[in-house]
This record gives sequence, C-alpha cells and structure tokens, in this order.
Amino acid sequence: MKTILFIEDEPTIQKSISRFLEEEGYQVKSALDGDIGLKTAKKIQPDLILLDLILPKKDGFEVLKELKKEEATKNIPVIALTNLEESANIEKVLSLGAAAYLIKANYSLEEITEKIKQILE
Amino acid sequence: MLIGKISKSLKCKKYNLTLWQCPSFLFLLTGLIIIITMISSYLIAVRYTQPEIVALIVIGITVVLLIINHFIIQSVEKLAEANKMKTEFIGIVSHQLRTPLTGIKWTINLIMREKGKLDEHCLQELKEISENNERMIKLVNDLLDVTKIEQGQLSFKPEKVSIEALFKNIIKEYTPIAKAKNIEINLETEINSLSVLIDKQRIEIVIRNLIDNAIKYIKNKGEIKIHLTKKNKSIRCEIKDNGVGIPKDDHKNIFQKFFRSKNIMKNETVGTGLGLFIAKSIIKESKGRIGFHSKENKGSTFWFKIPIN
Repeated sequence: MKTILFIEDEPTIQKSISRFLEEEGYQVKSALDGDIGLKTAKKIQPDLILLDLILPKKDGFEVLKELKKEEATKNIPVIALTNLEESANIEKVLSLGAAAYLIKANYSLEEITEKIKQILE
Repeated sequence: MLIGKISKSLKCKKYNLTLWQCPSFLFLLTGLIIIITMISSYLIAVRYTQPEIVALIVIGITVVLLIINHFIIQSVEKLAEANKMKTEFIGIVSHQLRTPLTGIKWTINLIMREKGKLDEHCLQELKEISENNERMIKLVNDLLDVTKIEQGQLSFKPEKVSIEALFKNIIKEYTPIAKAKNIEINLETEINSLSVLIDKQRIEIVIRNLIDNAIKYIKNKGEIKIHLTKKNKSIRCEIKDNGVGIPKDDHKNIFQKFFRSKNIMKNETVGTGLGLFIAKSIIKESKGRIGFHSKENKGSTFWFKIPIN
C-alpha cells in the first residue's frame, strides 16, 4: 500500500482528502504545519507528498526546499496543492522541484487522485 | 447652493469625493480663474499704465493656480492609491474565499460518492449546492484574473498546441450542459491538426468564456457553430449562436468590465460581466483581435484572431 503524506493546516480540506484517498486504497498520514510535516516526511519516507503552501511555522516553499536538500527525502515526488495562484509562485515551486502545482478550488477529488496515480506510476 | 449644484452635475458625489478633491471641479475652477485673470488684467492694463500692478496680479493668480493644481495632483494620487488598494484587496479576499469554497466542494464530492445511500431528492439538492459552489469558484477565479490583468501580471507562457484538439476537449466538457438545454455544438474546421505556439491556459479561458456565454444566452434549444480558419499568419475562431443577441445600444460597452446587457438582465441573472473583459484582455496581450456582430433576438457571433508564428 502506497503512503501519502498530506501537509495541510485546514481541517476540512485535510479530512476530505484523507478520507477520499483512503477509500482509494492509499495510506494517508497528515501533518498540520510545516515543521511537523518535514519531520514526518523524514521519519516515514512516504511515496508522495501533498503540500499546501501557506502553512504555520514553516511555509510550503521552505518545506519543499528542505525536502529537496535532504538525501532521504529528495526523491519523493511533491505535489503543491494550494489556492495561491500568482504565476510567480507556480514557477518558484516547479523550479524548486515539485512534480505538479494544483489549485485546490479548480480540481475535484477524483482529478487529484488521478494526478497522484499518474505521478506514482 | 451653487457649489452643491456643480458638485451634483460633476458626479463627484458618486465617487464620494468632496469638491476640493474632485478633479473635474478643480479643472473647471482653474479654467474660470484663467479667464477672469485674462479679462481683469486686460481691464487693469487699459486703466493703469503701471505694468507692476499687472505683473503682481498675474503672480498672485499663478500662485492660486499652483495651489489648485496641488489639490488636483493630490486627489489623482489618492484615487490611484485607492484603485491599487482595491485591486490588492480583491486579490487577497479571493485567495481567502477559495479555501472555504474548496472545503464545500470536496465535502460534497465525498457525500456524492455514496450515491446509493442518498435518496433522489437529496441527491438533486446536493447537485444544486454543488452547482452554486462551482459558480462561486468561477466568480472568484474571474476576479483573480481581472486583478492580474489590472496589475499587469498576465504572464504569457507559449506552448505548442493543436487548436482543433483544444476546441474538441472544451466542447466535450460542455456537451452535457448544452444537451440539458437542447443545444447542439458543431465544430467546423479548416485547420485540422495544425499546431501553433500559443498560451494554452489563457486561450482556453477565452474559448471557455465564449462558449459559456453562447450556451447561457440561448434560451432553450439552439445551435452553436464553431468555425476555425487560417488566414495568412493568423488563426480565426468564430463562435456563432442563435441566442438572445445583444441590443444595439449595448454593443459599445460589451467588453467593459462588469457590464451586462439590459436584455439578459431581464431573463438571466447569472453571470459576472467579467468574461468578455477577460477574453479581450487576453487576446490583446496575445497581439490578436477580438470582435463580434449581433442582432437582438437573432443571435451573436464572436470571433477572435491570434497570430501564429
């Protein structure tokens, strides 16, 4: 069973994705802020990370930077999942090594799962 | 009282400006002062021969004019600042709005998955909530696009795309909604699989907005004809509907932000008045052209042309 780490501070969003992905057969671990997210990633080495960008303690950009620096986590694909849109953010995140940039409000849970499947293949 | 009347006729009240912040009033005042100065300096020059007096008056008046100009500049700066703040405000609010909207969207998503457990009635109502939520998301996205246009942030990222495939995908997406209203969407193409270098994401927004409008403004039953042609070094896309059309009086305003035509306000209240404004801004940035012809009750044809090289 593939493990997905979801770093997100909004409980409703956190809950709905986790439930959906669990029903789809993934194991989902959650982290509510950047710091915990980073620590959890190092500890459990998930197959994929879903990362919000506006996070308490350490924002998504910082988390992504550190994930890609660490030997243990640098090969884990990261999907930035956010409602921030400025194209500057998109470019920044992709240049930091994220596999995709998805705007939450524009995707259904099915479409996000589809994207995860594609990237995990 | 006179000042009150002037202020009313200058519409300064509409913008919540006092008379001393209202550029049009200040301009009027400047003009009046200049005219009075010219006449009075002429009269004084005729009566008194000392040029010093005339010079003094002119200097005095110039100082007054400078002060008025200072007011004008201040008020314009204030307006520009307010405009900037408004744009930033919309940007921030839109981001904040998207989070709860996503929460609603995904929660409905989860509930709808267990369709078997819901009765027909419930399902129908959930669908309505979902549709309304999608409409809010579209509005927020539109507002964000407008903010980007106004801040000059619309960055263009060209990629190689087959225009025909692009249209086919979007048509496929809209077919269920069109079918529900008994509308047929037909695509005629003279460009086949021609691939061109365009900003796919942005052009997609334009096409979506035009098709969306065509469907929205066909009352019930109708046809949307899409025609793609290539001429010299540009591609022309035409989207023709037999919907309610646009009254002649509204033609000149149709691409303006938040503008909505009178005849659609009567029947159809859904819409933001932003779609065509966004479409025009995108096409303009792509160095293309956009236009339309339309007759009330007969239908509208919108077209855009974008260079390909």
